[in-house]
Amino acid sequence: MTLTHLLVFSATALLAGVLVKERGRGWMLLVGSLLAIYWMQPASPIRNLDFWLPSATVAVAVIGWAATRSGEDERSRENLISGIVIALVVIAVGLTRYLEPLCCLTPTRPPQATQIIIAIIFTGVLIALIAWFFPKRGILLNLLFFSIIAIFLVLKTEGLAQAASAWLRTQTRQSTNLASGLDIGWLGFSYVAFRLLHTLRDRLTGRLPDVSLQEFVIYVIFFPAFTAGPIDRLQRFIKDLRKSFNLGSPEMVSGARRILVGVFKKFVLADSLALVALNQTNASQTSSTFWMWVLLYAYTFRIYFDFSGYTDIAIGIGQLLGFQLPENFTQPYLKTNLTAFWNSWHITLAKWFRAYFFNPLTRFLRSRQNKLPLPIIILISQISTMVLLGLWHGVTWNFVIWGAWHGFGLFIHNRWAEFAASRNSAPQSPGIQKLYNWSGIFLTFNFVALGWVWFFLPTPSLAWRTLQTLAGI
Amino acid sequence: MAQENLTPKPDKPANGRFIRNVIVKAFLLFVLLNALFAAANPLPLLGRISAYNLVFPGRVRLPYSENPTQAYSLSLFNLEAMFASHELAGNAKAEDEFRVLLIGDSSTWGFLATPQETLTAYINDADLVTESGKYVRAYNLGYPTISLTKDLLILDHAMQYQPDIIVWLVTLESFPFEKQLFTPLVQNNPERIRSLINEYDLNINPDSDAFVDASFWERTIIGQRRALADLLRFQLYGLMWAATGVDQYISTSYDPPQIDFEADESYYELTPETLSQSSIAVDVLAAGITRAGEVPVLVINEPIFISDGVNSHLRYNFFYPRWAFDAYRQLMENQALANGWFYRDYWNLIPADEFTNSAIHMTPSATAILASEIGKTIQELAESGFQSSTLGSE
Repeated sequence: MTLTHLLVFSATALLAGVLVKERGRGWMLLVGSLLAIYWMQPASPIRNLDFWLPSATVAVAVIGWAATRSGEDERSRENLISGIVIALVVIAVGLTRYLEPLCCLTPTRPPQATQIIIAIIFTGVLIALIAWFFPKRGILLNLLFFSIIAIFLVLKTEGLAQAASAWLRTQTRQSTNLASGLDIGWLGFSYVAFRLLHTLRDRLTGRLPDVSLQEFVIYVIFFPAFTAGPIDRLQRFIKDLRKSFNLGSPEMVSGARRILVGVFKKFVLADSLALVALNQTNASQTSSTFWMWVLLYAYTFRIYFDFSGYTDIAIGIGQLLGFQLPENFTQPYLKTNLTAFWNSWHITLAKWFRAYFFNPLTRFLRSRQNKLPLPIIILISQISTMVLLGLWHGVTWNFVIWGAWHGFGLFIHNRWAEFAASRNSAPQSPGIQKLYNWSGIFLTFNFVALGWVWFFLPTPSLAWRTLQTLAGI
Repeated sequence: MAQENLTPKPDKPANGRFIRNVIVKAFLLFVLLNALFAAANPLPLLGRISAYNLVFPGRVRLPYSENPTQAYSLSLFNLEAMFASHELAGNAKAEDEFRVLLIGDSSTWGFLATPQETLTAYINDADLVTESGKYVRAYNLGYPTISLTKDLLILDHAMQYQPDIIVWLVTLESFPFEKQLFTPLVQNNPERIRSLINEYDLNINPDSDAFVDASFWERTIIGQRRALADLLRFQLYGLMWAATGVDQYISTSYDPPQIDFEADESYYELTPETLSQSSIAVDVLAAGITRAGEVPVLVINEPIFISDGVNSHLRYNFFYPRWAFDAYRQLMENQALANGWFYRDYWNLIPADEFTNSAIHMTPSATAILASEIGKTIQELAESGFQSSTLGSE
């Protein structure tokens, strides 16, 4: 999201809050979000891909709705209209190729209208076939669940992404020699995937409320949270969507304040720190232990201000639109232990993994006939959850190590907390408690900071060399 | 009563009027600040506030970069900020220091060379001591654009740092009048350059369109936002300079100097008949020597690449037809003798295979050879008490 995006989104949200009345709110959010995802999509060297990727996001969202909706069609007319509106918006974005002064919302010229119409018809037929061939929803939901994970794997694995790029280049009759894993920059797919996986799982467990096509698509591609979260739950999101909302001064002040804080964090602090933050190039240029720590701390704060700044902006714009998106960061670097850190860093992602991986896995391990000892169950659950969370960022050894680093850290803290609780020591003096807290903050902060070395450096060998320099070796 | 006043007022819900007042006041304050900024022009003052030589070590050469994020440096036009970042500003002159300032183009600055591979670095590595027991300490004030006026601007500013000698490396390409206002550093310091033009009666048009004269609006915070952001970024890059010692992105691949040429002997608008003291900016060189006053200026004709390719009987290299460069050398020799300048001509000191990507950029080993010669000359001059001006050519 650039400053221009931000300015336009904020102004649109303000205008919409003032001008759009109750009934038009849903349509405004639907059309606004659809246009926004095309506008934000970065350019791709593969012909027309920067049009097809947001279109695929829309298609996946619509298919997701079709798969998760209940059999009753109380709002079939409204859903039909929503489907037509979505199709018309996609066509309209494509038609900008013929309107020179307006061309184009997408970074490059969209494909021909006939191709777009064929793609829309294809999606419609696909949805009909799905409904026809999968009367038993369970199989369909599981199929979609694993399809999304498969797409995710392709996008996050360099070799597979490169192969996919080569295949796409062949389809567009472009040279495959230049194929790169970076060609398929599918904006927002990670967050779209999390939202869809959540709805698919909740439908399987019967916890998903019935929502209209319009509501579902807005939830999946809600533009303030499209690129960097937070990952809201559908159950909570639709409460805000369905409630009556009139933009008043409190929301305006609160939203504007949050946006300004976010802009300052992202575009002033994070972008300035980016100039001096540790990266692949300067990690190999720096040999001084002191300066290496300085660069590492710069990165540590940069990633926080960058990410939490985006979240502030998303929450601020959300407030202007009448949504109270969930918090994602609550002073994570001031936490006294790693468990508290992960309860305050990228909270919605951590909650997602807890709900859909950690808890089911722990339940499974505990319910086995050959029960494992509790510490082993905790160790397995913590490490596998964190490794998976690492792999979400990319399928590389460094992300695996980063995940394992935090998994072990969480396990060790869990055991320490258990041990400390079992000793049941007498209350400590405030001075000792303060010292204990500050030590905890210091240790946790530096543990997390050292973990970032694995996170942002591309190879284990470079990360290891960097850690050696940090240790003065 | 006092206690009552300290009691916090209950929070009032924000209303439209409150928001309007905030916006109006913020806008008025912003306009006022911009107007004050434009009137006061505090950029030179701000340039003096520097983390270099305080938090970070001073830079060993003036900031210049075409790839800021990779070089951890950027090109500024603010002379105060440029000098404030230089180690020269942080090193108080010691009693036993013989301070040498090197001025010149990219060759002196050290294009494609690390800070340890520049002329200055090699002179300092030699640990020279003058006959009077002073330690020779050289400072690199080269800047990668070719213009004698740019050199004069730097020399003028550098005089406050108490040099014992100024070594000014020149080449013919820095003399044509067309080149004098060519560099952005000169164009963006119009007042200083006009002042030099007036003071030394230079043959440069003070009303040239090349000068960037900022309007009132361009002097506001909005108008100067790039300059302000650059100042801030430059301070941040100090951290990277301290951490890595890198101040230039050095590409591993580059094109070597051109060897073969068209049969073209033109050089700007000059001809063998018209190339004279008054047709090129010898007056700027003379102004620099005058500006240095009591401080001796050693003028050096820097080495050039001498091609042996097609039409090399007509041209020495991409820059110079033979007739022009030969005439220039003769002219400089005559000027030095006539005016009593300390002059040394090292034009053919370096073999052709020791040039990197242009006719004046040298490899580290070639730079070391030139540094050795300059070091010897400085010592000779110091030993003679700066009496001899009869330093001939190589």
